[in-house]
Amino acid sequence: MRDGIDYRQKGIILIMVKTGIHIRFGRKQITISSKRVWLYMFVLILVTFTAMPLVYVVVTAFKPLDELLRFPPRFFVERPTTRNFGDLVLAVGSSSVPFLRYFLNSVYVAVVTVFLTVIVSALGAYAMTKLDLPFRSALFSLIIAAMMFPSQVTQIPNYLTVNGLGLVNTTWALIIPKIAVAFNFFLMKQFCEQLPNALLEAARIDGAGESRIFRSIVFPFLKPAWASLIVFSFVSNWNDYFGPLVYITSQAKKTLPLAIQSIAEGGSIARAGAMAAATFLMTMPTVIIYTVMQRRVIETMAHSGIK
Amino acid sequence: MAANQIAGKPPIRRSLRRIPMSSNRKTAIIFFAPFFILFCIFIVGPVVQSIIISLTNYDLIQEAKFVGLNNYKLLFMDDEIFMIALKNTLVFACIAGPAGYLASFIMAWVLDGLKFRTLFALAFYAPSITSGVAMSVVWLYFFSPDRYGLINNFLINSGIISSPILWNQDPTTILPVSILIQIWMSMGTGFLVFMAGLKNVQKELYEAAAIDGLKSRFQELYYITLPQMKPQLLFGAINTIAGSFGVFDIIVSFAGMPTPNYAGHTIVAHLYDYAFIKFEMGYASAIAVVLFVMTFVIGRFFMWLLRD
Repeated sequence: MRDGIDYRQKGIILIMVKTGIHIRFGRKQITISSKRVWLYMFVLILVTFTAMPLVYVVVTAFKPLDELLRFPPRFFVERPTTRNFGDLVLAVGSSSVPFLRYFLNSVYVAVVTVFLTVIVSALGAYAMTKLDLPFRSALFSLIIAAMMFPSQVTQIPNYLTVNGLGLVNTTWALIIPKIAVAFNFFLMKQFCEQLPNALLEAARIDGAGESRIFRSIVFPFLKPAWASLIVFSFVSNWNDYFGPLVYITSQAKKTLPLAIQSIAEGGSIARAGAMAAATFLMTMPTVIIYTVMQRRVIETMAHSGIK
Repeated sequence: MAANQIAGKPPIRRSLRRIPMSSNRKTAIIFFAPFFILFCIFIVGPVVQSIIISLTNYDLIQEAKFVGLNNYKLLFMDDEIFMIALKNTLVFACIAGPAGYLASFIMAWVLDGLKFRTLFALAFYAPSITSGVAMSVVWLYFFSPDRYGLINNFLINSGIISSPILWNQDPTTILPVSILIQIWMSMGTGFLVFMAGLKNVQKELYEAAAIDGLKSRFQELYYITLPQMKPQLLFGAINTIAGSFGVFDIIVSFAGMPTPNYAGHTIVAHLYDYAFIKFEMGYASAIAVVLFVMTFVIGRFFMWLLRD
């Protein structure tokens, strides 16, 4: 039946009631059977619903002021402009801190934390799974237990510790408490268990020291796991609101979530454009990082079950 | 002591046998130390410290005095606002938690084997990696309490309501809308874990089951898929519990703090209020301990329920 249809053209989409949908990109051909079309429709509608607020963030960032304030409101942009980003650079709020400063603060905190948590978790995970770490099962239970409660439970003693170390109102206050995270360690440990022992034995027989083995065998092997940690750790630190709210008092050291909230609280209509641009800049980095790393993240999650 | 043991052994044995345990153990301890030290200082220690501080009246200024269980007594007997926060948190967690969990499982299950899966997955997952504070801008546009709000505008135009609903000011709507936002934002980690878990299920089992007479895909799900995915289901559950009991920033940025009539007041909001606005660390620690015990007990329950 299908043989009669010529869909050798590039990028052609044929919708056939009886045979389903055939999509052709050059040589690749994708066929969706008619039985499954309804399933795709269902998923498409659901996904449209979940993605809508994000699409709104993107289109709004490029709306000129009159479209932002129009009544009745419109979802999509008609005459896109990049003026909002210019306004954002100029909008300095009550103090004289430029927006770029908040952005760079956020980047700095997230990047340093991610780097340290990846190294520290990988070292620990290797020690727990492949070396003779004493009390390993007790330690592992402790780490699982630590995944069960929200991080705010430990906020008060952490504040006292950070205060005692003289780190309040420094970016270190946002970094040091976020390095040893149970969730990160857990993912790294579960993935590390897949590392073949024979590989390590061979390296040891060849006379490689443990630190060399770690650098040249373990760390490269753990790539999907640390790619995932980059995503999860970056996302949680980039979006962290409670931490800077508690630890940071000076305007120049604030990170994006606090900056955005103070722009929003300023509430003036002229700020609507700057706000839309700020929201866009706050949201996009996490989405981009996840998109780039998606495949590795799912590979890591395959080993994430708690047994 | 460990160092002596290495030195005591002749070097030849090292190359013939496996590396002596002691050397291995020493390296293990050195490698594990950075994580463990930070973990103790910022996670294990603080749980113990919280319990100790909660038995005092510490307020950062005066020296702490031991007051026994007085903070807990005040919390449960006299603090009506805490009771509201407790109720709100429970309502919130009991609706948003299971709803987000189920939705992400169903979505992962439906997507398993579909084409364009990664694209759908991205669109489904992306909301959970956005910032609650940044996205509140969007939610305020959807739920703006005037005629400008997309939803009010739609409802008025279609004649369902005549005057705009004050979504983020009306005590009756704050919590439901926050729950909706939380569900939207919480379908992330669980979804990824479930997707990966479904990929792990041995496909031969489905064929075997088809021969044994399993008919629908739902039977397949119940008898084969779910039992095989227990470890992933547990990981997802534990993440969901910690996430839904720790809710704070979504409500604050949507409805402010404190919310009208404390309609969106949660345990973490109460904790923040006493710890970092009123600086009553003893009392706030008691709140933290209650939150800890609640989530821990529920987490343990799920570990028991989904044990292998």
